[in-house]
Amino acid sequence: MANAQPAETFSPIFGRLTLDWIPYHEPILIATFAGVALGGLVVLALMTYFKLWGPLWRDWVTSVDHKKIGIMYMVLGFIMLIRGFADALMMRAQQAMAAGEAAGYLPPHHFDQVFTAHGVIMIFFVAMVFVTGIMNYVMPMQIGARDVAFPFLNNFSFWMTVAGALLVNISLFVGEFARVGWLAFPPLSGASYSTGPGMDYYLWALQIAGVGTTLSGINLIATVLKMRAPGMKLMDMPIFAWTTLITNVLIVVAFPVLTATLALLTLDRYFDFHFFTNDFGGNAMMYINLIWIWGHPEVYILIIPCFGVFSEIVSTFSGKPIFGYKTMVWATACIMVLSFVVWLHHFFTMGSGASVNTFFGITTMIIAVPTGVKIFNWLFTMYKGRVRLEVPMYWTIGFLVTFTIGGMTGVLLAVPPVDFQLHNTLFLIAHFHNVIIGGVVFAVYAAVSYWWPKAFGFQLSDKWGKRSFWLWFTGFYFAFMPLYALGLMGVTRRMNSYPDPAWQPYFIVAAFGAVLILGGIVSTFVNFYVSIRDREQNRVGDDPWDARTLEWATQSPPAPYNFPESFRVNGREAFWQMKQQGFKWSGHYTPIHMPKSTAMGVLIAAAALVFGFAMVWYIWWLAILSFAGMLILGIAHTFNYNRDYYIQTDVIAATEKKGATA
Amino acid sequence: MSADTHSAQSHDAGHGTGHGTMGQLMIGFALAAILTIIPFGLVMGEVEMNRTALVGIIMGLGAIQIVVHLVFFLHLNTRSEEGNTFMATMLALIILVIVLAGSLWVMHNMNTNMMPQHEMDQQIEQMKSLQSQQG
Repeated sequence: MANAQPAETFSPIFGRLTLDWIPYHEPILIATFAGVALGGLVVLALMTYFKLWGPLWRDWVTSVDHKKIGIMYMVLGFIMLIRGFADALMMRAQQAMAAGEAAGYLPPHHFDQVFTAHGVIMIFFVAMVFVTGIMNYVMPMQIGARDVAFPFLNNFSFWMTVAGALLVNISLFVGEFARVGWLAFPPLSGASYSTGPGMDYYLWALQIAGVGTTLSGINLIATVLKMRAPGMKLMDMPIFAWTTLITNVLIVVAFPVLTATLALLTLDRYFDFHFFTNDFGGNAMMYINLIWIWGHPEVYILIIPCFGVFSEIVSTFSGKPIFGYKTMVWATACIMVLSFVVWLHHFFTMGSGASVNTFFGITTMIIAVPTGVKIFNWLFTMYKGRVRLEVPMYWTIGFLVTFTIGGMTGVLLAVPPVDFQLHNTLFLIAHFHNVIIGGVVFAVYAAVSYWWPKAFGFQLSDKWGKRSFWLWFTGFYFAFMPLYALGLMGVTRRMNSYPDPAWQPYFIVAAFGAVLILGGIVSTFVNFYVSIRDREQNRVGDDPWDARTLEWATQSPPAPYNFPESFRVNGREAFWQMKQQGFKWSGHYTPIHMPKSTAMGVLIAAAALVFGFAMVWYIWWLAILSFAGMLILGIAHTFNYNRDYYIQTDVIAATEKKGATA
Repeated sequence: MSADTHSAQSHDAGHGTGHGTMGQLMIGFALAAILTIIPFGLVMGEVEMNRTALVGIIMGLGAIQIVVHLVFFLHLNTRSEEGNTFMATMLALIILVIVLAGSLWVMHNMNTNMMPQHEMDQQIEQMKSLQSQQG
């Protein structure tokens, strides 16, 4: 089905959308659609049966509470992880089969969409969503705040991210997705070589989600700078709050570059501009240059909050303050600036001279230094500590080992002559999966097991947590070590089939690794299921890990207002100090001023989703209508003066007495 | 729904230093006017000078104009918002310089390495003839 694209037609009402774009002739997609539809119907029926629509709308969808929004981000992340991982399994299966004469089961047209969707989903809608969720949930409580600086904006940001994710998923059943790789380099992604709606799905999904990401970045920076508890200096903040601040500065600085670059490509595609074409003075290399100016900070946006997560966990489970707090902060700040001077290492082979390649090779090696400093800080925190090997600690030690290997292969790739051999090979694929799985995914799992009891008041199952860890850990090594070897043999990435059958055994081992990781993901969901089922047995107090930072001073789960009273912070590890001094809330409550829920965030995001869909299919009347809708809804919201309420003292007293119910 | 949501907590953060005095605004206005008149004068008076120098002067005055606006109209100084405003501006400046200078360097380097000069001239000629054909 290499030429599966229907003919280009245009009608004023449906744009270029015709029935031919519904892929009912592709059995894989039909089966997927049947599965999704069936699952969806079951969920809808159960929700209706248990009368959950009202609570879902009131307590979650319209909520501006940073904790609820954080949890919703995590749910979105896990759902998209399933989608992205299904793509990974398909690719592993294809490459395990398609050796020599065999063609495998995926035609190139479909395979190319699968690897593009895998990359886009895993970075933008899994990794980004997970780290944003963790920052949203944890950071405000760590600095003693009641919410983020702009609670409505937070809700709006989340729903814009959902709108982007939905647009990517709609492309699965209506039309097609891009076939260009996750960064969509022109001229392949330009109008002449990517006809059809796939590439436009890519552009509009990322632009819509990007609005959410940028706004959420501004929001969290303002929160750290303006909402800290009285007395808490910046240098008193937990490391995770620091990494949140620096990550969001990176987001605010880097994401506009992505937005602008994609906007230029959009102009190329929609209005026949020539920024990145091969003719009329365009230069495709400029796109690659610009996209990596965003792209390299982006990988640090993903990993820096994870460094924060591990810092909190290492310190808590070693029973010690983090070793070298100041070096940790300064190392993170160094990474922030350095991450802007290494972008060219993604295209050493594009034809720069020796001077340019040398400069960027050296900066890339330098950026490994602050990261190395952090590794030693974590090791020294554990050294002579009373290390408790709970599940979050498993992930942390797994991270330290795995991430160090990934870091070393990264420094290898930073040497331009080596990169000329390894550029675009599976060695590179193995390297970045090594740091993203070993870094980001392990951190997300560690964070989920660490903060779950805070969020829900009961612990996750130890047994299933460890099973999940060992399956992920071994699965990772089985899946990616063969790719290092293949990369050294010169096997390039994104191959639908390959001529040399000698490579096949490696691909089969890699596929086996992917199956182990599947086991890890299944164990996670089993873990959620059994833990929620047995929640009464697993109830824990407010501070189950004997932790050191302020989020553990709240109830588990925290009351909507987080902290019942205002309090002063003196120095680092505020909660640890409070515990030493036998701190108790005074019981003299004053009414707490809180923001009200609002449906406007989800409504504007829904209009944005319709707008994106209309733009993809050239349904101009709908695009104009939905864009006007977004503006009108946004303006209407500014006239809503009924935005806040007070939680009265008797309610606070009752909540503090019996424990929160939400 | 902003910081005042959390009225239960008081902040020791210092707020901005207000909107500046009339004198400051006037100085800013005068500077902005001068910085606008000079480049306009140079172009409208058709002053005899090297084209590169002319473009350099106009761009340089434009850059100074940006600083004047930031300082006198947007009240950028080292004190407002505990110095956060200044820090943010400096970071933005550093990143801007890195991105612009870096991109120019990288792209220039690639152009010289990837495209021998005579080939490029040929291509430009071709392009021009193509454009004239297309009207």
